[in-house]
Amino acid sequence: MDSHIATPAEDEHDSAYSGLLVNDAHWAFGTDFEDPLAGVDTTIPDGVDGPTLAAYALMLGDDALVMSHRISEWTSNAPDLEDDIALSNIALDLLGQARLLLARAAKADESVVPVLPEGSPAPPEDAIAYFREAHQFRNVRLTELVNGDFADAVVRVLLFSVWRLATFERLRASRDHVLAAVATKGVKELAYHRDYSARWFVTLAQGTDESRRRLLVALDALWPLWPELFDTHPVEAAAARSGVGVDPAAVREAADGVLDQVLDAAGVPRPEAPRRAGVLGRTGRDGMHGEALGRMLAEMQSVARAHPMGQW
Amino acid sequence: MSRTTERARRVAERVTDPELPMLTLVDLGVLRDVDVVGDSHVVVDITPTYSGCPAMATMRDDLVRELQGAGFDRVEVRVSLDPAWTTDWITPRGRAALAAAGISPPGPAPSTSGPIPLTLQPTARQVRCPQCDSPATELVSEFGSTACKAQYRCTSCLEPFDHVKEI
Repeated sequence: MDSHIATPAEDEHDSAYSGLLVNDAHWAFGTDFEDPLAGVDTTIPDGVDGPTLAAYALMLGDDALVMSHRISEWTSNAPDLEDDIALSNIALDLLGQARLLLARAAKADESVVPVLPEGSPAPPEDAIAYFREAHQFRNVRLTELVNGDFADAVVRVLLFSVWRLATFERLRASRDHVLAAVATKGVKELAYHRDYSARWFVTLAQGTDESRRRLLVALDALWPLWPELFDTHPVEAAAARSGVGVDPAAVREAADGVLDQVLDAAGVPRPEAPRRAGVLGRTGRDGMHGEALGRMLAEMQSVARAHPMGQW
Repeated sequence: MSRTTERARRVAERVTDPELPMLTLVDLGVLRDVDVVGDSHVVVDITPTYSGCPAMATMRDDLVRELQGAGFDRVEVRVSLDPAWTTDWITPRGRAALAAAGISPPGPAPSTSGPIPLTLQPTARQVRCPQCDSPATELVSEFGSTACKAQYRCTSCLEPFDHVKEI
Protein backbone atom coordinates (compact mmCIF):
# COMPACT_ATOMS: atom_id res chain seq x y z
CA MET A 1 0.00 0.00 0.00
CA ASP A 2 3.01 2.19 0.30
CA SER A 3 4.33 1.89 -3.21
CA HIS A 4 2.21 4.29 -5.23
CA ILE A 5 4.09 6.07 -7.96
CA ALA A 6 3.01 9.60 -8.76
CA THR A 7 0.72 9.48 -11.78
CA PRO A 8 -0.22 12.66 -13.62
CA ALA A 9 -3.94 13.28 -13.95
CA GLU A 10 -5.27 12.44 -17.39
CA ASP A 11 -6.25 15.98 -18.24
CA GLU A 12 -2.93 17.44 -17.21
CA HIS A 13 -2.16 18.81 -20.66
CA ASP A 14 -5.65 19.92 -21.61
CA SER A 15 -5.21 23.49 -20.52
CA ALA A 16 -2.61 25.70 -18.97
CA TYR A 17 -4.75 25.92 -15.86
CA SER A 18 -5.42 22.25 -15.29
CA GLY A 19 -2.50 21.94 -12.91
CA LEU A 20 -3.83 24.79 -10.82
CA LEU A 21 -7.45 23.71 -10.60
CA VAL A 22 -8.21 20.54 -8.76
CA ASN A 23 -11.98 20.76 -8.54
CA ASP A 24 -14.42 20.32 -11.36
CA ALA A 25 -16.79 23.19 -10.74
CA HIS A 26 -15.59 26.66 -9.89
CA TRP A 27 -18.22 29.16 -8.80
CA ALA A 28 -17.23 32.21 -10.78
CA PHE A 29 -17.67 34.77 -8.02
CA GLY A 30 -16.15 33.10 -4.98
CA THR A 31 -12.76 31.90 -3.86
CA ASP A 32 -13.70 28.28 -4.34
CA PHE A 33 -12.67 27.14 -0.90
CA GLU A 34 -15.51 24.69 -1.03
CA ASP A 35 -16.80 24.89 2.50
CA PRO A 36 -15.19 27.38 4.87
CA LEU A 37 -16.45 25.28 7.79
CA ALA A 38 -15.32 21.88 6.43
CA GLY A 39 -14.28 19.83 9.41
CA VAL A 40 -15.53 22.35 11.99
CA ASP A 41 -17.99 21.09 14.59
CA THR A 42 -21.23 22.77 13.53
CA THR A 43 -23.48 20.85 15.91
CA ILE A 44 -26.07 23.17 17.39
CA PRO A 45 -25.50 23.31 21.18
CA ASP A 46 -28.10 21.68 23.43
CA GLY A 47 -31.09 23.84 24.15
CA VAL A 48 -30.32 26.29 21.34
CA ASP A 49 -32.88 27.01 18.67
CA GLY A 50 -31.35 26.58 15.17
CA PRO A 51 -33.28 29.42 13.52
CA THR A 52 -32.36 31.79 16.38
CA LEU A 53 -28.68 30.91 16.04
CA ALA A 54 -28.90 31.39 12.26
CA ALA A 55 -30.66 34.74 12.56
CA TYR A 56 -28.05 35.92 15.06
CA ALA A 57 -25.13 34.78 12.86
CA LEU A 58 -26.75 36.60 9.93
CA MET A 59 -26.77 39.85 11.90
CA LEU A 60 -23.07 39.61 12.74
CA GLY A 61 -22.29 38.39 9.23
CA ASP A 62 -24.25 41.15 7.49
CA ASP A 63 -22.53 43.81 9.63
CA ALA A 64 -19.17 42.50 8.45
CA LEU A 65 -20.23 42.02 4.82
CA VAL A 66 -21.74 45.47 4.33
CA MET A 67 -18.96 47.22 6.26
CA SER A 68 -16.36 45.29 4.27
CA HIS A 69 -17.91 46.31 0.98
CA ARG A 70 -18.05 49.98 1.93
CA ILE A 71 -14.44 49.99 3.10
CA SER A 72 -13.35 48.08 0.01
CA GLU A 73 -14.64 51.03 -2.04
CA TRP A 74 -11.58 52.90 -0.71
CA THR A 75 -9.24 50.54 -2.53
CA SER A 76 -7.25 52.69 -4.99
CA ASN A 77 -9.00 55.82 -3.64
CA ALA A 78 -7.32 56.43 -0.27
CA PRO A 79 -5.17 59.55 0.33
CA ASP A 80 -1.92 57.59 0.22
CA LEU A 81 -0.68 54.10 -0.53
CA GLU A 82 -0.21 53.04 3.11
CA ASP A 83 -3.81 53.87 4.00
CA ASP A 84 -5.09 52.33 0.80
CA ILE A 85 -3.41 49.10 1.87
CA ALA A 86 -4.60 49.45 5.46
CA LEU A 87 -8.24 49.97 4.49
CA SER A 88 -8.09 47.12 1.98
CA ASN A 89 -6.70 44.84 4.68
CA ILE A 90 -9.46 45.82 7.08
CA ALA A 91 -12.08 45.14 4.41
CA LEU A 92 -10.50 41.74 3.75
CA ASP A 93 -10.51 40.74 7.42
CA LEU A 94 -14.19 41.65 7.67
CA LEU A 95 -15.03 39.77 4.49
CA GLY A 96 -13.40 36.69 6.00
CA GLN A 97 -15.47 37.08 9.16
CA ALA A 98 -18.61 37.53 7.03
CA ARG A 99 -17.90 34.37 5.08
CA LEU A 100 -17.60 32.23 8.20
CA LEU A 101 -20.64 33.80 9.87
CA LEU A 102 -22.90 33.48 6.84
CA ALA A 103 -21.75 29.87 6.39
CA ARG A 104 -22.56 29.29 10.07
CA ALA A 105 -26.05 30.73 9.54
CA ALA A 106 -26.60 28.41 6.57
CA LYS A 107 -25.56 25.36 8.59
CA ALA A 108 -27.78 26.28 11.55
CA ASP A 109 -30.90 26.83 9.42
CA GLU A 110 -30.79 26.10 5.72
CA SER A 111 -34.03 27.98 5.13
CA VAL A 112 -32.04 31.25 5.34
CA VAL A 113 -30.26 30.33 2.09
CA PRO A 114 -31.98 31.68 -1.03
CA VAL A 115 -32.95 28.96 -3.49
CA LEU A 116 -30.88 29.16 -6.68
CA PRO A 117 -31.45 27.40 -10.02
CA GLU A 118 -30.74 23.65 -9.94
CA GLY A 119 -27.03 23.02 -10.43
CA SER A 120 -25.77 26.46 -9.41
CA PRO A 121 -22.24 26.13 -8.02
CA ALA A 122 -22.71 29.08 -5.61
CA PRO A 123 -21.92 27.96 -2.04
CA PRO A 124 -24.54 28.78 0.64
CA GLU A 125 -22.69 31.80 2.06
CA ASP A 126 -22.43 33.35 -1.41
CA ALA A 127 -26.11 32.68 -2.08
CA ILE A 128 -26.87 34.55 1.15
CA ALA A 129 -24.59 37.45 0.22
CA TYR A 130 -25.60 37.85 -3.42
CA PHE A 131 -29.21 36.73 -3.67
CA ARG A 132 -31.05 38.50 -0.88
CA GLU A 133 -32.91 41.82 -1.13
CA ALA A 134 -32.02 44.84 0.99
CA HIS A 135 -34.93 44.24 3.41
CA GLN A 136 -33.52 40.78 4.17
CA PHE A 137 -30.20 42.21 5.37
CA ARG A 138 -29.84 42.58 9.14
CA ASN A 139 -26.82 44.91 9.35
CA VAL A 140 -26.84 47.99 11.55
CA ARG A 141 -27.34 51.15 9.51
CA LEU A 142 -23.93 52.61 10.40
CA THR A 143 -22.29 50.14 8.02
CA GLU A 144 -24.30 50.95 4.90
CA LEU A 145 -23.97 54.73 4.53
CA VAL A 146 -22.36 56.13 1.40
CA ASN A 147 -18.68 56.88 2.02
CA GLY A 148 -17.54 60.43 2.67
CA ASP A 149 -13.99 61.74 2.97
CA PHE A 150 -11.07 60.08 4.76
CA ALA A 151 -12.18 61.52 8.12
CA ASP A 152 -15.52 59.79 7.59
CA ALA A 153 -13.72 56.48 6.99
CA VAL A 154 -11.66 56.95 10.17
CA VAL A 155 -14.70 57.71 12.34
CA ARG A 156 -16.76 54.92 10.80
CA VAL A 157 -14.05 52.29 11.30
CA LEU A 158 -13.48 53.58 14.86
CA LEU A 159 -17.14 53.40 15.92
CA PHE A 160 -17.62 50.04 14.24
CA SER A 161 -14.47 48.38 15.55
CA VAL A 162 -14.84 49.70 19.13
CA TRP A 163 -18.34 48.22 19.21
CA ARG A 164 -17.55 44.97 17.42
CA LEU A 165 -14.39 44.31 19.44
CA ALA A 166 -16.33 44.79 22.70
CA THR A 167 -18.93 42.35 21.36
CA PHE A 168 -16.40 39.77 20.16
CA GLU A 169 -14.48 39.88 23.46
CA ARG A 170 -17.61 38.43 25.04
CA LEU A 171 -18.59 36.24 22.09
CA ARG A 172 -15.39 34.23 22.65
CA ALA A 173 -17.34 32.52 25.45
CA SER A 174 -20.21 31.54 23.13
CA ARG A 175 -21.55 28.02 23.60
CA ASP A 176 -21.53 27.73 19.82
CA HIS A 177 -18.09 26.46 18.73
CA VAL A 178 -18.16 28.33 15.42
CA LEU A 179 -19.14 31.71 16.87
CA ALA A 180 -16.58 31.30 19.65
CA ALA A 181 -13.84 30.49 17.12
CA VAL A 182 -14.79 33.36 14.79
CA ALA A 183 -14.73 35.73 17.77
CA THR A 184 -11.38 34.48 19.07
CA LYS A 185 -9.85 35.10 15.63
CA GLY A 186 -11.80 38.31 15.07
CA VAL A 187 -10.65 39.90 18.33
CA LYS A 188 -7.05 39.86 17.12
CA GLU A 189 -8.02 41.41 13.78
CA LEU A 190 -10.38 44.02 15.23
CA ALA A 191 -7.74 45.16 17.73
CA TYR A 192 -5.60 46.25 14.76
CA HIS A 193 -8.59 47.97 13.09
CA ARG A 194 -9.49 49.84 16.26
CA ASP A 195 -5.95 50.98 16.98
CA TYR A 196 -5.47 52.10 13.37
CA SER A 197 -8.62 54.23 13.35
CA ALA A 198 -8.09 55.55 16.90
CA ARG A 199 -4.57 56.77 16.03
CA TRP A 200 -5.83 58.48 12.89
CA PHE A 201 -8.68 60.00 14.91
CA VAL A 202 -6.19 61.61 17.31
CA THR A 203 -3.90 62.64 14.45
CA LEU A 204 -6.68 64.36 12.48
CA ALA A 205 -8.08 66.02 15.63
CA GLN A 206 -4.69 67.48 16.51
CA GLY A 207 -3.47 68.11 12.96
CA THR A 208 -4.49 71.21 11.05
CA ASP A 209 -7.62 73.31 11.47
CA GLU A 210 -8.93 71.71 8.29
CA SER A 211 -8.27 68.11 9.41
CA ARG A 212 -9.94 68.80 12.76
CA ARG A 213 -12.90 70.49 11.09
CA ARG A 214 -13.43 67.55 8.77
CA LEU A 215 -13.11 65.05 11.61
CA LEU A 216 -15.75 66.86 13.67
CA VAL A 217 -18.10 67.03 10.67
CA ALA A 218 -17.71 63.28 10.16
CA LEU A 219 -18.23 62.53 13.85
CA ASP A 220 -21.39 64.66 13.98
CA ALA A 221 -22.73 62.95 10.87
CA LEU A 222 -22.18 59.40 12.14
CA TRP A 223 -22.90 59.92 15.83
CA PRO A 224 -26.72 59.59 15.50
CA LEU A 225 -26.18 55.95 14.46
CA TRP A 226 -24.01 55.02 17.49
CA PRO A 227 -26.93 54.28 19.89
CA GLU A 228 -28.52 51.82 17.42
CA LEU A 229 -25.48 49.56 17.89
CA PHE A 230 -26.57 48.88 21.49
CA ASP A 231 -30.27 48.23 20.90
CA THR A 232 -31.26 44.69 21.81
CA HIS A 233 -33.24 42.99 19.06
CA PRO A 234 -35.40 40.02 20.20
CA VAL A 235 -33.10 37.66 18.25
CA GLU A 236 -30.08 39.02 20.11
CA ALA A 237 -31.90 38.71 23.42
CA ALA A 238 -32.80 35.07 22.66
CA ALA A 239 -29.25 34.29 21.48
CA ALA A 240 -27.82 35.83 24.65
CA ARG A 241 -30.27 33.90 26.88
CA SER A 242 -29.25 30.59 25.35
CA GLY A 243 -25.55 31.39 25.78
CA VAL A 244 -24.59 31.62 22.11
CA GLY A 245 -24.84 35.40 21.61
CA VAL A 246 -24.07 38.72 23.26
CA ASP A 247 -26.71 41.24 24.28
CA PRO A 248 -25.57 44.53 22.66
CA ALA A 249 -26.84 46.50 25.66
CA ALA A 250 -24.31 44.64 27.81
CA VAL A 251 -21.33 46.00 25.87
CA ARG A 252 -22.41 49.64 25.92
CA GLU A 253 -20.39 50.59 28.99
CA ALA A 254 -17.20 48.95 27.75
CA ALA A 255 -17.53 50.45 24.27
CA ASP A 256 -18.29 53.93 25.61
CA GLY A 257 -15.30 53.66 27.92
CA VAL A 258 -12.90 52.90 25.06
CA LEU A 259 -14.42 55.59 22.88
CA ASP A 260 -14.04 58.14 25.68
CA GLN A 261 -10.33 57.31 25.90
CA VAL A 262 -9.99 58.15 22.21
CA LEU A 263 -12.05 61.34 22.50
CA ASP A 264 -10.03 62.45 25.54
CA ALA A 265 -6.70 61.82 23.82
CA ALA A 266 -7.94 63.74 20.78
CA GLY A 267 -9.40 66.61 22.81
CA VAL A 268 -12.77 66.14 21.13
CA PRO A 269 -15.95 66.51 23.19
CA ARG A 270 -18.55 63.75 23.02
CA PRO A 271 -21.17 64.83 20.46
CA GLU A 272 -24.69 65.54 21.62
CA ALA A 273 -26.64 64.89 18.43
CA PRO A 274 -29.77 62.80 19.09
CA ARG A 275 -30.06 59.27 17.73
CA ARG A 276 -31.40 58.64 14.27
CA ALA A 277 -34.95 57.35 14.58
CA GLY A 278 -36.08 54.14 12.97
CA VAL A 279 -39.10 53.83 10.71
CA LEU A 280 -42.04 52.98 12.99
CA GLY A 281 -39.37 51.94 15.47
CA ARG A 282 -37.67 49.59 13.02
CA THR A 283 -33.96 49.84 12.23
CA GLY A 284 -31.22 47.89 10.46
CA ARG A 285 -31.64 44.75 12.58
CA ASP A 286 -35.30 44.62 11.48
CA GLY A 287 -34.36 44.89 7.80
CA MET A 288 -35.26 48.59 7.65
CA HIS A 289 -32.47 50.28 5.71
CA GLY A 290 -31.74 53.53 3.93
CA GLU A 291 -31.68 53.92 0.19
CA ALA A 292 -27.89 53.59 0.24
CA LEU A 293 -27.98 49.85 0.95
CA GLY A 294 -30.19 49.08 -2.06
CA ARG A 295 -27.81 50.95 -4.35
CA MET A 296 -24.79 49.28 -2.82
CA LEU A 297 -26.30 45.82 -3.25
CA ALA A 298 -27.30 46.57 -6.85
CA GLU A 299 -23.64 47.05 -7.64
CA MET A 300 -22.32 44.28 -5.39
CA GLN A 301 -24.82 41.64 -6.55
CA SER A 302 -25.54 42.41 -10.20
CA VAL A 303 -22.92 40.18 -11.83
CA ALA A 304 -23.61 37.16 -9.62
CA ARG A 305 -27.36 37.55 -10.15
CA ALA A 306 -26.93 37.76 -13.92
CA HIS A 307 -24.91 34.51 -13.86
CA PRO A 308 -26.21 32.26 -11.07
CA MET A 309 -24.71 29.29 -12.93
CA GLY A 310 -21.40 31.08 -13.50
CA GLN A 311 -18.40 28.78 -13.62
CA TRP A 312 -14.83 29.07 -14.80
CA MET B 1 2.19 6.40 13.08
CA SER B 2 1.87 4.04 10.10
CA ARG B 3 4.32 4.25 7.22
CA THR B 4 1.54 5.47 4.94
CA THR B 5 0.67 8.28 7.32
CA GLU B 6 4.33 9.15 7.60
CA ARG B 7 4.62 9.32 3.83
CA ALA B 8 1.47 11.47 3.49
CA ARG B 9 2.86 13.77 6.15
CA ARG B 10 6.16 14.12 4.32
CA VAL B 11 4.32 15.04 1.11
CA ALA B 12 2.04 17.55 2.85
CA GLU B 13 5.02 19.08 4.61
CA ARG B 14 6.57 19.97 1.25
CA VAL B 15 3.76 22.38 0.37
CA THR B 16 4.77 26.02 0.67
CA ASP B 17 2.83 29.20 1.38
CA PRO B 18 1.78 30.82 -1.92
CA GLU B 19 2.65 34.32 -0.72
CA LEU B 20 5.68 33.46 1.44
CA PRO B 21 7.18 30.68 -0.69
CA MET B 22 10.27 30.45 1.53
CA LEU B 23 8.00 28.90 4.19
CA THR B 24 6.35 25.51 4.16
CA LEU B 25 2.90 25.26 5.69
CA VAL B 26 4.61 23.53 8.64
CA ASP B 27 7.02 26.45 9.10
CA LEU B 28 4.04 28.78 9.08
CA GLY B 29 2.13 26.69 11.61
CA VAL B 30 -0.87 26.35 9.30
CA LEU B 31 -0.59 22.59 8.80
CA ARG B 32 -1.99 21.11 12.00
CA ASP B 33 -2.48 17.43 11.27
CA VAL B 34 -2.17 14.80 8.56
CA ASP B 35 -3.89 11.47 8.91
CA VAL B 36 -4.59 8.54 6.61
CA VAL B 37 -7.92 6.73 6.82
CA GLY B 38 -7.95 3.34 5.09
CA ASP B 39 -5.49 2.92 2.23
CA SER B 40 -5.29 6.22 0.43
CA HIS B 41 -7.77 8.66 1.97
CA VAL B 42 -5.80 11.52 3.51
CA VAL B 43 -7.33 13.98 5.94
CA VAL B 44 -5.40 17.22 6.39
CA ASP B 45 -6.24 19.85 9.02
CA ILE B 46 -5.22 23.46 8.41
CA THR B 47 -5.81 26.60 10.48
CA PRO B 48 -6.34 29.90 8.64
CA THR B 49 -3.92 32.72 9.44
CA TYR B 50 -6.41 35.57 9.00
CA SER B 51 -10.19 35.17 8.54
CA GLY B 52 -10.08 36.56 5.01
CA CYS B 53 -6.68 35.29 3.94
CA PRO B 54 -7.08 34.68 0.18
CA ALA B 55 -4.12 32.30 0.21
CA MET B 56 -6.16 29.62 2.01
CA ALA B 57 -7.85 28.43 -1.19
CA THR B 58 -4.48 28.10 -2.91
CA MET B 59 -3.00 26.25 0.08
CA ARG B 60 -5.84 23.79 -0.06
CA ASP B 61 -5.51 23.26 -3.81
CA ASP B 62 -1.73 22.83 -3.45
CA LEU B 63 -2.16 20.23 -0.69
CA VAL B 64 -4.68 18.30 -2.76
CA ARG B 65 -2.51 18.41 -5.87
CA GLU B 66 0.68 17.32 -4.08
CA LEU B 67 -1.03 14.47 -2.26
CA GLN B 68 -2.93 13.27 -5.32
CA GLY B 69 0.29 13.44 -7.30
CA ALA B 70 1.85 11.18 -4.66
CA GLY B 71 -0.88 8.60 -5.22
CA PHE B 72 -3.37 9.44 -2.49
CA ASP B 73 -6.69 9.21 -4.32
CA ARG B 74 -8.89 10.94 -1.85
CA VAL B 75 -7.69 14.08 -0.09
CA GLU B 76 -9.85 15.92 2.38
CA VAL B 77 -8.70 19.31 3.68
CA ARG B 78 -10.47 20.35 6.84
CA VAL B 79 -10.47 23.74 8.50
CA SER B 80 -9.58 23.87 12.15
CA LEU B 81 -10.62 27.21 13.68
CA ASP B 82 -10.01 26.42 17.31
CA PRO B 83 -7.46 27.20 18.64
CA ALA B 84 -6.94 30.26 16.44
CA TRP B 85 -3.66 30.59 14.53
CA THR B 86 -0.98 32.66 16.19
CA THR B 87 2.40 33.83 14.92
CA ASP B 88 3.88 31.93 17.89
CA TRP B 89 3.31 28.79 15.77
CA ILE B 90 5.87 29.91 13.17
CA THR B 91 8.76 27.50 13.67
CA PRO B 92 12.40 28.52 14.35
CA ARG B 93 13.23 27.28 10.85
CA GLY B 94 10.41 29.43 9.49
CA ARG B 95 11.69 32.49 11.34
CA ALA B 96 15.18 31.95 9.96
CA ALA B 97 13.77 31.54 6.43
CA LEU B 98 11.78 34.78 6.76
CA ALA B 99 14.83 36.71 7.94
CA ALA B 100 16.95 35.25 5.14
CA ALA B 101 14.33 36.49 2.66
CA GLY B 102 14.46 40.03 4.06
CA ILE B 103 11.27 39.76 6.11
CA SER B 104 11.47 40.53 9.82
CA PRO B 105 10.01 37.64 11.84
CA PRO B 106 7.37 38.28 14.52
CA GLY B 107 8.09 38.72 18.22
CA PRO B 108 5.97 36.95 20.87
CA ALA B 109 2.22 37.34 20.29
CA PRO B 110 0.39 39.52 22.83
CA SER B 111 -2.04 37.87 25.20
CA THR B 112 -5.59 38.23 23.95
CA SER B 113 -7.58 37.06 26.94
CA GLY B 114 -9.88 39.55 28.61
CA PRO B 115 -10.51 43.07 27.26
CA ILE B 116 -7.92 44.21 24.72
CA PRO B 117 -6.39 47.52 25.84
CA LEU B 118 -6.51 50.44 23.41
CA THR B 119 -3.06 51.38 22.07
CA LEU B 120 -2.84 54.94 20.81
CA GLN B 121 0.93 54.93 20.38
CA PRO B 122 2.53 53.00 17.53
CA THR B 123 3.16 49.41 18.59
CA ALA B 124 6.54 49.23 20.30
CA ARG B 125 8.55 46.37 18.86
CA GLN B 126 12.24 45.55 18.88
CA VAL B 127 12.57 45.16 15.14
CA ARG B 128 15.99 44.86 13.52
CA CYS B 129 16.53 45.60 9.86
CA PRO B 130 16.73 42.25 8.02
CA GLN B 131 19.16 43.85 5.52
CA CYS B 132 21.77 45.55 7.71
CA ASP B 133 20.77 44.29 11.17
CA SER B 134 20.45 47.83 12.52
CA PRO B 135 18.03 48.25 15.45
CA ALA B 136 17.19 51.78 14.15
CA THR B 137 13.91 51.02 12.42
CA GLU B 138 10.55 52.75 12.30
CA LEU B 139 7.01 51.64 11.63
CA VAL B 140 5.48 52.94 8.39
CA SER B 141 2.12 51.18 8.67
CA GLU B 142 0.60 48.31 10.64
CA PHE B 143 -0.87 47.01 7.37
CA GLY B 144 1.33 45.70 4.59
CA SER B 145 1.39 43.80 1.32
CA THR B 146 -0.48 40.86 2.85
CA ALA B 147 -2.84 40.60 5.82
CA CYS B 148 -0.09 39.23 8.05
CA LYS B 149 2.56 41.93 7.57
CA ALA B 150 3.35 45.47 8.72
CA GLN B 151 5.56 47.90 6.80
CA TYR B 152 8.80 49.16 8.31
CA ARG B 153 11.76 51.17 7.18
CA CYS B 154 15.33 51.11 8.38
CA THR B 155 16.69 54.53 9.29
CA SER B 156 20.30 53.32 8.96
CA CYS B 157 20.34 51.78 5.48
CA LEU B 158 17.02 53.42 4.47
CA GLU B 159 15.62 50.18 3.02
CA PRO B 160 11.90 49.45 3.48
CA PHE B 161 11.00 45.96 4.70
CA ASP B 162 8.09 43.82 5.84
CA HIS B 163 7.56 42.63 9.40
CA VAL B 164 5.27 39.71 10.19
CA LYS B 165 3.02 41.21 12.82
CA GLU B 166 2.25 39.42 16.02
CA ILE B 167 -1.24 38.00 16.41
